[in-house]
Amino acid sequence: MSKEDNKENGAQSVSRRDFLRKAGTYSAASLSGAAMLLSNPKPAQATTNVEWAEHFQKNYRLMTEEEKQEALDRLEKRYSEEFGKEVTVDGSPAMDGVLFGYALNIQKCIGCRRCAKACVAENNQSRGDEQQIEWIRVLRLEKGQFSADDRDNAGYPGDYGIQVGGNAYKPAGVVLEGQHYYEAEQVPEKDAFYMPMQCMQCEKPPCVKVCPVQTTYRDPDGIVVIDYNWCIGCRMCIGACPYWARRFNWGEPSLPAEEMNPVTHYLGNRPRMKGVAEKCTFCVQRTRKGRWTACVEVCPVGARKLGNLLDPESDVRKVLETKKVFRLRADLNTYPKFFYFMD
Amino acid sequence: MKRFLQFAIDFIRAGFTGGLMFWAWMLFLSFFIMLWGYGEFVQIRDGMIVTNLTDQVSWGLYLANFVFMVGVAAAAVTVVFPAYVYKHHELHKIVVLGEMLAIAAVIMCLLFVTAHMGRPDRIWHIIPVIGIYNWPNAMLTWDVLVLTGYLILNLVGGFYFLFKKYTDQPLNKSFYIPLIFIAIVWALSIHTVTAFLINTMPARPMWHHSIMPIKFITTAFAAGPSLIIIVFMLVRKFTPLKIADEAFHMLSQIVTWCLGIALFLVLSEIVTELYPSTEHTAGLKYLMFGHNGLNMLVPFFWTAIALMVGSFILLLIPRIRKNMTILPFLCVGVFVGIWIDKGMGLMLPGVIPTPIGEFAEYSPSMIEMMIILGVWAIGLFILTVLIKGAVGVLLGDVSYGGKSDAAAT
Repeated sequence: MSKEDNKENGAQSVSRRDFLRKAGTYSAASLSGAAMLLSNPKPAQATTNVEWAEHFQKNYRLMTEEEKQEALDRLEKRYSEEFGKEVTVDGSPAMDGVLFGYALNIQKCIGCRRCAKACVAENNQSRGDEQQIEWIRVLRLEKGQFSADDRDNAGYPGDYGIQVGGNAYKPAGVVLEGQHYYEAEQVPEKDAFYMPMQCMQCEKPPCVKVCPVQTTYRDPDGIVVIDYNWCIGCRMCIGACPYWARRFNWGEPSLPAEEMNPVTHYLGNRPRMKGVAEKCTFCVQRTRKGRWTACVEVCPVGARKLGNLLDPESDVRKVLETKKVFRLRADLNTYPKFFYFMD
Repeated sequence: MKRFLQFAIDFIRAGFTGGLMFWAWMLFLSFFIMLWGYGEFVQIRDGMIVTNLTDQVSWGLYLANFVFMVGVAAAAVTVVFPAYVYKHHELHKIVVLGEMLAIAAVIMCLLFVTAHMGRPDRIWHIIPVIGIYNWPNAMLTWDVLVLTGYLILNLVGGFYFLFKKYTDQPLNKSFYIPLIFIAIVWALSIHTVTAFLINTMPARPMWHHSIMPIKFITTAFAAGPSLIIIVFMLVRKFTPLKIADEAFHMLSQIVTWCLGIALFLVLSEIVTELYPSTEHTAGLKYLMFGHNGLNMLVPFFWTAIALMVGSFILLLIPRIRKNMTILPFLCVGVFVGIWIDKGMGLMLPGVIPTPIGEFAEYSPSMIEMMIILGVWAIGLFILTVLIKGAVGVLLGDVSYGGKSDAAAT
């Protein structure tokens, strides 16, 4: 409960809001929270009314400023009780003149998956045996190796004049086996290279187009967000996403109170409920405050860059100008703002 | 108004009157409806985790059944169209039974969609005005629109007809006929939009082809009339309502030719995909031949093909098609074949492999099976009541101030 980053984040939120009001609720929340932890980790009767109000609130994007504030306060109250610590729910809108972009050096990535783990810790995904949700997938691609044994149907067309196969059955970088559950003893492995994938924050996101209730939409800073309280769980977005970036809360997410990150954003890492879709938001709770995303911060080889695409001095813009850059599945015209590059 | 109330009461009473067989049937269905209630309860309480769906295969048998039932609902048009456009005399007499089938099928569709949704408690979000309707962008909103519209059209059309018959008044042609023609076109729209729902996603290459809507329509117009033939045969067997053989001949011809076109489209799709055999063929190849030992769907695919091709060849022979003892078996063959083809054969390989190339197998959990069987039971329950009521009205047993008390048939 008194981790170092908690203190740091607490100070930030106090400066943001009315100190006196906060101090009052803080003591009340921590008291009740402590009691809650001792007795029952689930929310008590007192929060029932809060939950009812949540059921009938509007789509976040269409709320007035007051309604947004009410929704945020409601959530702060409920989460604080539920997790037994002071939780802040931020509602910062997109900053003017910012369009977030991301660049990833696939030459540097060593496949350590620290980004994926840091992402889970930062963004309050479900963990545990029943359902684990990770927003970042690191694909392990095999280095191309040709051997004489693999010459299936060598010298086709063969006896019957039918073309049946090919010789190059193991080209470089086979993605077809989806090797993202690899457990290497040591990374980088000798015969592999790695390609992390996550939400590409498309400029023309297919997920936004197919959502029947507009619960997912693109904010002006280019981040595609989800109002978890409005999602009906139809999973159209999961079907439409060519990058397989969306995850679904099949059951009630399991998020231990002591591991919960209390600095949250309404559209980002606040605790989710069952039956809703979620995805990477470029750590909207951090980036809209001028911080790096968790994955950029943690990457041990500095393969990950985040920046403002509208700012010529940003890391990402420099990458775009000087490196060899490509985007995934450009044929689908989704215009990802997630760029891969090589030195 | 009073007359309409009386009509509703008499209609329901006629629907629920029957002999031992009837009550045994309804009790049998009620058992599965109870299972459905339990399944839905567990699923809403614990979340979709009680299904075997995963992030890899996030659409499963709920949607597969939904897609299939939309087709059955649309197929009511195979009774309505010949009756009104070609003035098919025999079908004209029983056209309202087709509409009753459509009502039951659309209700099943809505139940399947509700079961598929992770948060059915938030279904109001999709209702225009109080929620947000992502129109015209999202295909799902179009689907809601056309399905609801179709349900209303059939409810109004079917019950208007029955009510007029009940009170022995003439139909208001200038109201009724346009309604029927709108419903005919609308029927096509529901299945077309359902096809658009899944084929507008280039992220899923197996679905992303423009043959989908026409294939949907043709398979629907083969499976739907097959079910209608079976239902009509049962009606003819268990009620005094006379349905002439010509009506069956008409319907079985529709089944034959639509099945023929459907098979041609299946062939076109397979050849187009398999000949170049690019990476985008992975889903179809998985369906047809399996992948590295993951071949759960393979027997289903070939069974469906065998059923469809076999039934088609037999149906082509007029002597067999017109044989009223063999025809129902062929209809069951067509129905099951298309159900597999459009259910498991379309929904699952569409999402297998995932966009990053992962193969994951899926088989429904017990809860899913309970809900699916339960929705079918609800559909058959509603259909039984509607058909019995409608037959009562058609026979004149249920009529205003008439022999309504003696409606037991």
